[in-house]
Amino acid sequence: MSVNVLSLRGATKRFGGLVAVDHIDFDVTEHQVMGLIGPNGSGKSTTLNLISGALTPTAGSISLRGARISGLPAQDIARKGVARTFQLVRLLASMSVLENVMAGAMFGHRRRGRHDAEHHAMEMLEKVGLGHVSHAPVGALTYIDTKRLELARALASDPQVLLLDEWLAGLNPTELEEGISLIKRLRDEGRTIVLVEHVMDAIRSLCDNCVVMSSGKKIAEGTPEQVLSDPEVIRAYLGDDDA
Amino acid sequence: MTPNYGKELSAGAVLLIIAALLPFASDGYMLSIGVSIAMYTVLATSWALFSGPTHYISLATAAFFGVGTYVTGAGIDLLPYWVLLPLAALVGGVLAAVVGLATLRLSGVYFVIFTLGLAEMIRQCVTWFQNQQGHKGTYVLTDLTEAHIYWQLVGLAALVYLIGWLIQHSRLGFALRIIGDDEQVAAHSGINTSLSKVALFIVSGAVAAVVGAIIAPRYVYIEPAIAFNPMLSFQVVIMALLGGTGRLWGPLVGVIPFTFLWEVISASFPNQTTLLLGLSFLIIVYLLPKGFVGLLQKIRAKTGGFA
Repeated sequence: MSVNVLSLRGATKRFGGLVAVDHIDFDVTEHQVMGLIGPNGSGKSTTLNLISGALTPTAGSISLRGARISGLPAQDIARKGVARTFQLVRLLASMSVLENVMAGAMFGHRRRGRHDAEHHAMEMLEKVGLGHVSHAPVGALTYIDTKRLELARALASDPQVLLLDEWLAGLNPTELEEGISLIKRLRDEGRTIVLVEHVMDAIRSLCDNCVVMSSGKKIAEGTPEQVLSDPEVIRAYLGDDDA
Repeated sequence: MTPNYGKELSAGAVLLIIAALLPFASDGYMLSIGVSIAMYTVLATSWALFSGPTHYISLATAAFFGVGTYVTGAGIDLLPYWVLLPLAALVGGVLAAVVGLATLRLSGVYFVIFTLGLAEMIRQCVTWFQNQQGHKGTYVLTDLTEAHIYWQLVGLAALVYLIGWLIQHSRLGFALRIIGDDEQVAAHSGINTSLSKVALFIVSGAVAAVVGAIIAPRYVYIEPAIAFNPMLSFQVVIMALLGGTGRLWGPLVGVIPFTFLWEVISASFPNQTTLLLGLSFLIIVYLLPKGFVGLLQKIRAKTGGFA
């Protein structure tokens, strides 16, 4: 029996008349990589924002290891062990690469002192392959390196759940390969990950389980093979004629 | 790293002693400029403690300063003078906490306008209250001399530098820099953003109130128009930006030339002060967006490139 790390029950987000996320239920178990997929505008990123506390659910509940986190401010959710990257990379522009990662290491789920945080941040930079540029300003980084850096910052807090919002988007084919193998390594370390992704290769090779969303609703759940051959999923992506 | 800290602190102590010797070496005019410089240094430095890392532009300095002068004005006949200073700090700090909790969720221009309005609102309330009692102002009669006022301000400056230095080397200081860069990242990294901002706002509000309390005896007679003069808030912002808020010593580098400039402006063009203040603000923002500190870093980077 595996433990549910993250559970969503009837999670709903309404923006005025628009229901962006409509009664979503799913569980993420320990060491699982869960893919959140679906066409553009289906509510994947909004769901991620509900989990991280960037948005508050209109209804329903989200819990982390049985304790409710929905309704808490983002900083409390972060401290309880949810770390994330952003769809559009957000870095701390006035700081060095190392300080960016220290931000995660000092204030996140495990709160460290400055010295300890620096050491841990260095380890995280090595892990994502940025050890050699730790003292560079963030402006000097290439696009994939900014993504790596954001990932290192999220990892530095020792999260219980890592949320990746289209972390692989915008990478060229070589970078994509590197990116997928990096996340594969995280998966092999036994981390629990929820990723919103469009890249089908990545979904097939990384995810244990997938939730497919369309117009805010969950339309399928299962292994990548199961959901990607589901007629309703194909209809959601491609329209009626191709189903 | 520890020896480096020692060097910074001893350099500060030497400068402090030199500053404290001014009343023995100068005439009344230089001392009065010294008081202005010390006053603006404390105000601009404590302003920059909050606004430097967070990039929230506060125009509430006059509100805290004015409240401080009125603590002295109202309390001087009732309580010993030395009790009034911590009392002013407390009142300023509480006011900052209330304002901070109510407004620091606001960002950008809303916060700026609110803080400007705050000083005006308090001024109107004090004016109304005094009119109810049939007064226009309050006399503050003490036997404190200009030199006494100057020393108190220099002592307060030392305290502000020490607090600023401690904050910079603390978790709170790092958290504020993160907030200044990206508030959303800060929150998602587990930082309580409102609490951190309010904490620093309290420090800067309390310090500005103490400055007001110290300066009040110099005015001898205080009325709301003097105590809550909005010009003060703008001057402090301009001086801090002229010096640069990226370093603790930045505002000081802005205060000294600006105080002399202001002396010239107010002596030669007493009717155009607001206009000239506005112009100097435009020039500073346009030519020195990061102040003298930024200019110095730029020059250093360039010469470093040649070497």
